[in-house]
Amino acid sequence: MTDLLTLAASAAGSGLPLGITEGGAWLLRNVWLIPLLPALSFVGILFFGKRLPKGGSELGIAFVGIAFVLALFTAVAWIDHRDDFHGEEVTRTVAVAEHHDEHGDEHHGGHGHPSLAVHNTVTWFQSNGVEFTVGTLVDGPAVMMLVVVTLVSLLVHVYSTDYVAGDRRYTHFFAFLSLFSASMLLLVVSENTLQLLVAWELVGVCSFALIGHWWEEKPNSDAALKAFLTNRVGDMGLLVGVTILFFTVGSALPGQFGSFSIAETNALANAGALSHTALLVASCCLMAAVMSKSGQFFLHTWLPDAMAGPTPVSALIHAATMVVAGVFMIARMYGVFFEGFSIGGSSINMMALVGGLTTLVGASLAFVQSDIKKVLAYSTISQLGYMVMALGVGAWTAAMFHLFTHAFFKACLFLGSGSAAHAVHSFDMKADMGGLRKEMPHTFRTFVIGSIALAGLPPLAGFWSKDEILVGTGGWGLFGGTGGNGAYTFMLVMGIATAALTAAYMTRCVYLTFFGEFRGHGHPHESGPRIVVPLWILAGLAIVAGFLNLPKGFPLVPDSLQERFGHFVEPVAGYFPTIAHGTPSWSLAIFSTLVVAAAIGVAYRYYFVKVEAASKACGKSLTELPNGPTTKYPLARRGHNLLVQKYYLDHLYTDVIAGGTKGPLADVAYSVNQNVIDGVVNAAGENAVKAGNLVYHRFDQLVVDGVVNTSGRASSGAGEELRKIQTGKVQGYAAILFAAATVLAGVFIVIV
Amino acid sequence: MILAALPGFEPLVSGDAVVAQNIAFGILAVVMVAAALRMVTTPNVVHAALYLVIVLAGVAGIFILLGAEFVGVTQVLVYIGAIVVLFLFGIMLTRGALGEDEDAATEKRRMALMVGVLLLVVTGGALLDSFGDAAMDRSRPSLTAEIGDSIFSQYIVPFEAVSVLLLAALIGAIVVARKE
Amino acid sequence: MLLNQFLLLSAVLFAIGVYGVLARRNGVLVLMSIELILNAVNINLVAFSALRETVGGEVFALFVIAVAAAEVGVGLAMVLLLYRNRRSIDLTEIDLMRG
Repeated sequence: MTDLLTLAASAAGSGLPLGITEGGAWLLRNVWLIPLLPALSFVGILFFGKRLPKGGSELGIAFVGIAFVLALFTAVAWIDHRDDFHGEEVTRTVAVAEHHDEHGDEHHGGHGHPSLAVHNTVTWFQSNGVEFTVGTLVDGPAVMMLVVVTLVSLLVHVYSTDYVAGDRRYTHFFAFLSLFSASMLLLVVSENTLQLLVAWELVGVCSFALIGHWWEEKPNSDAALKAFLTNRVGDMGLLVGVTILFFTVGSALPGQFGSFSIAETNALANAGALSHTALLVASCCLMAAVMSKSGQFFLHTWLPDAMAGPTPVSALIHAATMVVAGVFMIARMYGVFFEGFSIGGSSINMMALVGGLTTLVGASLAFVQSDIKKVLAYSTISQLGYMVMALGVGAWTAAMFHLFTHAFFKACLFLGSGSAAHAVHSFDMKADMGGLRKEMPHTFRTFVIGSIALAGLPPLAGFWSKDEILVGTGGWGLFGGTGGNGAYTFMLVMGIATAALTAAYMTRCVYLTFFGEFRGHGHPHESGPRIVVPLWILAGLAIVAGFLNLPKGFPLVPDSLQERFGHFVEPVAGYFPTIAHGTPSWSLAIFSTLVVAAAIGVAYRYYFVKVEAASKACGKSLTELPNGPTTKYPLARRGHNLLVQKYYLDHLYTDVIAGGTKGPLADVAYSVNQNVIDGVVNAAGENAVKAGNLVYHRFDQLVVDGVVNTSGRASSGAGEELRKIQTGKVQGYAAILFAAATVLAGVFIVIV
Repeated sequence: MILAALPGFEPLVSGDAVVAQNIAFGILAVVMVAAALRMVTTPNVVHAALYLVIVLAGVAGIFILLGAEFVGVTQVLVYIGAIVVLFLFGIMLTRGALGEDEDAATEKRRMALMVGVLLLVVTGGALLDSFGDAAMDRSRPSLTAEIGDSIFSQYIVPFEAVSVLLLAALIGAIVVARKE
Repeated sequence: MLLNQFLLLSAVLFAIGVYGVLARRNGVLVLMSIELILNAVNINLVAFSALRETVGGEVFALFVIAVAAAEVGVGLAMVLLLYRNRRSIDLTEIDLMRG
């Protein structure tokens, strides 16, 4: 340990290269403008919104629109910067202890690469020699998120002008939409974990305000509270994890107390300069934050309830902002997670397992929902699980790509469901929908496009990203040894099973909403252009987004168009671990497509053929077969029941855990009060009296009498005296407090 | 020793200044303890407030004696200038609530006296035991600029916390005292 | 000068303040006694600050003064509220916490 060696110098200077630069295009250095715009819009709407002719929505649309344009320019600037930047790289001289092993040198090989993130900070404040900075770290994933968030946010803003038109808190709604976007944008450009934490909490607060937008109804405010409180559980994990990382990094940097810098933390973790145990603990803590924010099993229960918010909010929360914050955080701190969970070269780890379980749980629960938004909510949980699983198996690019495509088709689906619900004034597919394809052709078409993309049929967006994740599991020799970071066969199986489930429940959802006969009341009609246009834009993106990352070696397109997304988004830098990439496999792609097609076929046969026929036969629109499997087979019924009860997780939390701790605590307190405190006094008195009686009868009355009476009186007297202390007078309590503290202090002085 | 920093006073440092400081301390201490005792025993509320002023001024004197001039001046400005005035307002607004003479139960006073004496014995014993005759030989008074620098660099976080606390107290006081 | 001069003075003031908090019936007088306690603490802080020739103790004495101002504001507001509701600020009459 005493023998320290400084990491070998790279081309840019001596020390550990962080893979960041202070130079770059003006826009890349000043990307803070993008979060600032919606933040300004929030303030503007809050103070002037009510006085504006359109209630503040025009302000929100304008500012978010400018932010979107800026994000596009930033993306262009980044594409230019990615391959063509020749400035100075920032390095940091770090004395790394001897135990630094050989794979650090291997990381070294990657440096000097032009993919330098643009880093810009200012000092926020400094305390006790530690500088706290705020700033931006612009690289592939950040730029990608900037574009996605601003785009979805812009479309949601436009959509909302129709959807919440006439709402009593119209202005308030737009103010919070803007703040929500601003927080998420701040999160994606965060340069240090402290700033990330601040943005993370801001996102949570905004989601609370928006989910509870219609708080007059109890379920809505309950849902908002549940979302907020469940997120608090995970936020604790984030706080602890960030603190651990701060001190862990501090111990590796000479002459420094600690550091919040994301680039430094990741680079040191990659170089093997940080304690593996500390990284593992920090990763577990951060994982807790991801589980709550990104709705991972078993902290996902808030997410379906969050559907109580207005639909545009659901679209924003579930497509682009809140729930992907967790996924993005993993992607951001990937150096830490990669080392902490030993992702490279293992076959199972906590992150992959949590993601895999979530994806299965979410997909199976989506089956039994009758509320269209809840189907989509569980679908979101499942897809987020897919992303986390992908990150867990080391398929970083695939996860980011899935986040990217998912944002479009999920936003499309949510907005489509909102459009349908807007027309029938209900979210219940079974009771109030059905047959909407005739009345709402645009909603129907976009929804089907979104569904196919989600189900993962080629050539729509979902197929490409899903396939990359499956490849990334590095699974199974059967498909030609795909060679990822490890052999995550188990995750491959879960992924394929989820793909099948996803295809089936989306088929069910489409049938229940758009086919059969209309079961609701009134005459639904197509929504206006402010709803339909965003739908078509998103549907269009859901079709084409997948082509951005055609796998390497795809025969039909030139090499220069393959893996563009991966090339520009995945950092190759000191702060990013060297990850292996799976080789795309035709057989795996064909197999997974066949599985999806089969699942669709089964669901199609059940709903479109059998249920349709049964409906025709009995003359009214059915949603399930009258003698379906759940009525015929008890096992299926039990399984169905388990799903309807959401695996009894809510029961577990409210009844078993909360009730279980609340009850006994009260019981213990009560019994302590009753038995111990009263008991001591009473029993002392009683026993003394009993003993006295005993003695009275056995021994000489005259001799012992006095003693007995005295002891009896003493104990009951003690009770009397103790009772007197409980006067309710504050000063009396204060006197006891002071006296006790003084005596205790005296005892310490004497002893210590 | 403070005087050492002032031009022209160097000769006083070794002997006379120490004596002068000790005399000043003695006077201040006696006055402060006497005023404090009167403050907690006088039946008249307004008199108690005025005795408090004497104690606070004495504390300011002690601060200056210790070379903490800025804190001493702040003590005068904030405590005597603002807090005591606040107390006088509080006394006026609640006048007549208890009458001029306050007569606590003797039992309660005895208990309080017991606790106070116990506290004094324990802390006094501990102080004499651990600090014995540690001498103060400050070379120069602390500079206001140093205090400012350290507040806005080293202690910026507590400083921000205090400002938030003041804001919260402001709002809290308004909410509590507001007439519905 | 000895450090203990100041510390003992502070201890005496502190004890007197505690006596006042415990013995006085008038809410305003209790608050004043609390000020006495806070001032005693400040003397301690400044004395140690002078002993070690750093400004940390003085800075915290300033913070204590700020906190005391906040405390008096809220405390007096509570006393006023008490007076409005009960026409009395006698703390011995407030025994709602009696078990």
